[in-house]
Amino acid sequence: MKITLHATPDITPRPLIAEVILETRALLNIDRADVKPKGGEVVIDVPPDIYDQVAVAFEKRGATITALEQPLIKDDDECVNCGACISVCPTGVISFREDWSVQMDLDKCVQCGACVTMCPHGALTVLKS
Amino acid sequence: MITVTDKTIQDINAKIADGSVHVVTAEEMPDIVAELGPVGAAKEIDIVTTGTFGAMCSSGAFLNFGHSDPPIKMQKVWLNDVEAYAGLAAIDAYIGATQLSESRGMEYGGAHVIEDLVAGKSIDIHATAYGTDCYPRKVLDTTVTIDDLNQATMFNPRNGYQKYNVATNCTDRTLYTYMGTLLPDCGNVTYSGAGVLSPMYNDPTYQTIGVGSRIFLCGGQGYVTGQGTQHDPDNNFATMMVQGDLKQMDKKYLRGATFHGYGTSLYVGIGIPIPILNADIAKATAVTDADITTNVLDYGVARRSRPILRQVTYEELKSGMIDINGREITTSPMSSFHDARAIAGELKDWIQKGTFYPTLPVERLPNTGVVFKPMKQIGEQPTVADVMAKRVITIQQGLTVENAAKVIMEGNFNHLPVVSDEDRLVGIITAWDIAKAVAKNKRDKLDDIMTRTVVTADASEPIDIVARRLEQHNISALPVVDKHSRVSGIITSDDISKLVARR
Ligand code: SF4
Ligand code: SF4
Repeated sequence: MKITLHATPDITPRPLIAEVILETRALLNIDRADVKPKGGEVVIDVPPDIYDQVAVAFEKRGATITALEQPLIKDDDECVNCGACISVCPTGVISFREDWSVQMDLDKCVQCGACVTMCPHGALTVLKS
Repeated sequence: MITVTDKTIQDINAKIADGSVHVVTAEEMPDIVAELGPVGAAKEIDIVTTGTFGAMCSSGAFLNFGHSDPPIKMQKVWLNDVEAYAGLAAIDAYIGATQLSESRGMEYGGAHVIEDLVAGKSIDIHATAYGTDCYPRKVLDTTVTIDDLNQATMFNPRNGYQKYNVATNCTDRTLYTYMGTLLPDCGNVTYSGAGVLSPMYNDPTYQTIGVGSRIFLCGGQGYVTGQGTQHDPDNNFATMMVQGDLKQMDKKYLRGATFHGYGTSLYVGIGIPIPILNADIAKATAVTDADITTNVLDYGVARRSRPILRQVTYEELKSGMIDINGREITTSPMSSFHDARAIAGELKDWIQKGTFYPTLPVERLPNTGVVFKPMKQIGEQPTVADVMAKRVITIQQGLTVENAAKVIMEGNFNHLPVVSDEDRLVGIITAWDIAKAVAKNKRDKLDDIMTRTVVTADASEPIDIVARRLEQHNISALPVVDKHSRVSGIITSDDISKLVARR
């Protein structure tokens, strides 16, 4: 599952993620990082079985994390199933079903927003956590 | 030659009336022809339905608002802040799909106004006029829905391209085009068209398509009114002009769209029934995705003729990946095959239920001899060579910041190209780079502070392309280089503005 780590200026200088990996031995994967000196967000993929431990490890270091429930929303009334969004997705979230309607494997979504920009019908929204 | 299998349109329509008509979609036809042969298939099948649902920029609608009191002869008119053309009589206007809203820009355009009308929403009308004895009113503001209009007629000058070019982007930056977002370094491929269901590919000599052919148009019944603009049958880029009653249409098959960074367009749903009058026509409708070939073009070259990277079939495109220069690249359609299928299916339904009767054209579309000419331009576009400064001062790589500062001071200019021993361009230095370096006390090696990836121009490029490149990189000058990377000039945004001011 995916979490967003909200980095604040006081924690950005610290090797926070490395500390958490060393402590929990969790295989964390950084999907997306947008951190400036003023702070920012990091989207991290966490193995579900070790999620609780990872959450505690971040929180006791003063970091705020939120779980990403649904990273991307598709408005089915606006979507025409063209599939334009498929080729810009860096992680292969979107594909055609047998009947040429589009399906999304949201576990893989890193909320980069490329598909939102591509969609000619304004059918997609990335949730800002 | 008339054979026993030949049918007339009257025979077919009689079968629709008595419920015995045999209709299939163009997707079902290849197997039927493979099994029965063209003659057998022509005997068995009466009508093949086709469908396509994609962006068709050359679309719009004629609207008649009725007269106001006191009356106005609209000189200019806006619908939800999108300007429509009002230069026809008093209260007629043509709203085009790609006109943008004056307040909302690319997010909302004529295509969205048409969708909103069809969806039954109210539209704000604002009109201005100069006032005459018979039409004294000068300003008008009102709100209407489609039911308040006398006529609302979709009229599209160019729809239903037989096939279309495929787009990719060989440059190093993302492009935003009418073919969608094109990622750098051929990062993706986009295409359009329904392939096996393509209306015009199923009757490529237009034996049954022409002026007066009744068609499915955005959920209503419309007509082909002639060859579309840019009709190019010899290259399989045929197009058609179509017309239909907006009041019959359904939002499901008509959608406003925005291509990020490009503008708006209308997704139009078209289905054409092909009456199977003989074995030839049956054979043509057996076309498959594998039979339809098109070209992959580099949209990174913003010129009229773009380089062709390879040929590709719709079958390859629809597989989701194609090979470009040895790499597998993900493809995506811009048009909806899902909805093209729905259209072919719905048209089949209408015919089976006896609510749609196909017609033969009173005049077929020309299937050869129409040339799509380029624009006649008078006064050739100036090129970089016409505008650039030909005397350029450069500096040798390996010298110091101090040296560069001196050269710039003496020459009184801002950009100094850095060249190697073989005289090749390796970097560029601006007066600003030098000021920064001096402030940070980095006075020695030029190599440390120069920009190494230099954006350049070619002497033969048109000015407009170079002006856009300057804008995109937010810079004010480009060295002009030949194919050996030797600097032959420099072109600045000042040179370009002076030229534009003179035009
Ligand atoms: S936001 Fe869209 S493009 Fe980006 S990863 Fe998620 S689905 Fe793919
Ligand atoms: S690009 Fe938009 S309309 Fe097309 S399939 Fe994706 S979400 Fe649907």
